[in-house]
Amino acid sequence: MRYSWHWSVLTIEPHFGWIVSGVQWTILVSLASWSIAFTLGSVLGVARTVRSPAVRAFAGAYVEVFRNVPLLVQMFLWYFVLPELLPERWGTWLKRELPDAEFWTAVVCLGLYTACRVCETVRSGIGSISRGQAYAGLATGLTPFQVYRHILLPVGYRIILPALTTEFLSIFKNSSLALTIGVLELTGQTRRIAEYTFQPIEMFLTATVLYGLMTLTVTGLMRIVESRTQLPGMITVAAR
Amino acid sequence: MRRIMVLAAAALFAALSGQVAAADELYGTLKKIKDSGRIVIGRSENSIPFSFTDASGKPVGYSIDLCSRIVEAVKAELKMDKLEVQYVTIMGTTLIPLLVNGTVDMSCSTTTNNLTRQKQVDFLYTMYVTGNQLLVRKGSGIREVEDLKGKRVAVNQGTTNEKIIKALDKQLNLGIRFLDTEDQPRGWLAFESGRVDCYVTDAIVEHGLIAKSATPEKYEVVGRLLSFDPYAIVVRRDDSAFRLIGNRVLADLFRSGEIEQIYDKWLKPIAGPLSEPLRTVFATQAMPY
Repeated sequence: MRYSWHWSVLTIEPHFGWIVSGVQWTILVSLASWSIAFTLGSVLGVARTVRSPAVRAFAGAYVEVFRNVPLLVQMFLWYFVLPELLPERWGTWLKRELPDAEFWTAVVCLGLYTACRVCETVRSGIGSISRGQAYAGLATGLTPFQVYRHILLPVGYRIILPALTTEFLSIFKNSSLALTIGVLELTGQTRRIAEYTFQPIEMFLTATVLYGLMTLTVTGLMRIVESRTQLPGMITVAAR
Repeated sequence: MRRIMVLAAAALFAALSGQVAAADELYGTLKKIKDSGRIVIGRSENSIPFSFTDASGKPVGYSIDLCSRIVEAVKAELKMDKLEVQYVTIMGTTLIPLLVNGTVDMSCSTTTNNLTRQKQVDFLYTMYVTGNQLLVRKGSGIREVEDLKGKRVAVNQGTTNEKIIKALDKQLNLGIRFLDTEDQPRGWLAFESGRVDCYVTDAIVEHGLIAKSATPEKYEVVGRLLSFDPYAIVVRRDDSAFRLIGNRVLADLFRSGEIEQIYDKWLKPIAGPLSEPLRTVFATQAMPY
């Protein structure tokens, strides 16, 4: 292999600035979509465990739709297809007037997709708590809402914390698909420099290291959360 | 004394013949092709009319035709009875790794030759010249790049087009709002669906997109040429024996004028007849023997 290495492509202007901006967009897209994913996913996860069959069916249908369509296709549908299906005025607003439309579309798409994964995680967390605890709560006079609020959710979230960490990490990596609709996040920027300079190996190695740094930071933070919230005798303690 | 001279002459002869043998010895791409009995060509799926897949699934186009001529010349040069041709689809980011790691021997698409890229690869003679122009809807009022003030413009990520139009935007203080599309199909989609007022890419690509669209009468290519983009076939760097064969084939086509037939077959329907500047480009590259 006769590859000419030129690590200087990283530092020459404007490349360095592009990489920094790419990291910023990656973090921004990831955090914004995670807030959607976590909130909506939690609501849906609870909805999958409630009594009402209609609510359960709705949440179940949501999960099946969002987890069975490839994320890349979802990005395309949200960005290119949705504005054509809406009434013309709304479509035009999405296409022409919404500022940073690419960013918001990516955030909504990634958030709604990850929500279905968070939903399943939350559901399994609640499901793993022995039924006796919920019955005991109801028997002591708590309302179903209070049972969720004080018994099922506090314990359930602790159980699923490691799994949630994985979902949170996935969102950082999945955010790279935002480049397909024009968000120049980290992968987009490194690809762009690679094509300008024909030095793709340096650029993709750089991207790998930077993603690694970001996800290791997230893992570290989540570890702290895990140890702060652990309950004595629960499985998450073993992670230490 | 005599004996020494004979020995010296013998040694000199041996050395010289050794050198001659070394010069004849195959190396690099040619050696690889001879050893494997196969040449691997990088190509694109949808760079019409240069390198694309026809209805029957075969790789075709202007660049592919030129590469086929080079394959014939390589086969003759290496005196091979049979030379298998294998096509590999490449994209902007995969071209370099595949070329340097030996998977692909030459790339026949629409790669712009520039000096930065020459640090990594070699280019054969220029086979076509295009430049940035503006693809707009008819009646949009946009005639030149100056009219793009405050407009929404799509341009593909990492292309020479992007470099040029963003530099102009800064220089002329236009405040263009860019949409950095991933590739040509998405750039076109963004333009066609009305997300942007203008799509900036190579003029020849724009003509191709219009020709292929359902309503060609609605679009037009306007403005002066904003850049100079010479297209060339890409080969591995530091492999002059292989590059020479490629360039010889191209020079022969340029000299004999046969290039015009190939041009007419692929490019005339889209870009019009061979222009005088392009004819000059070809003529100046028709190196004599």
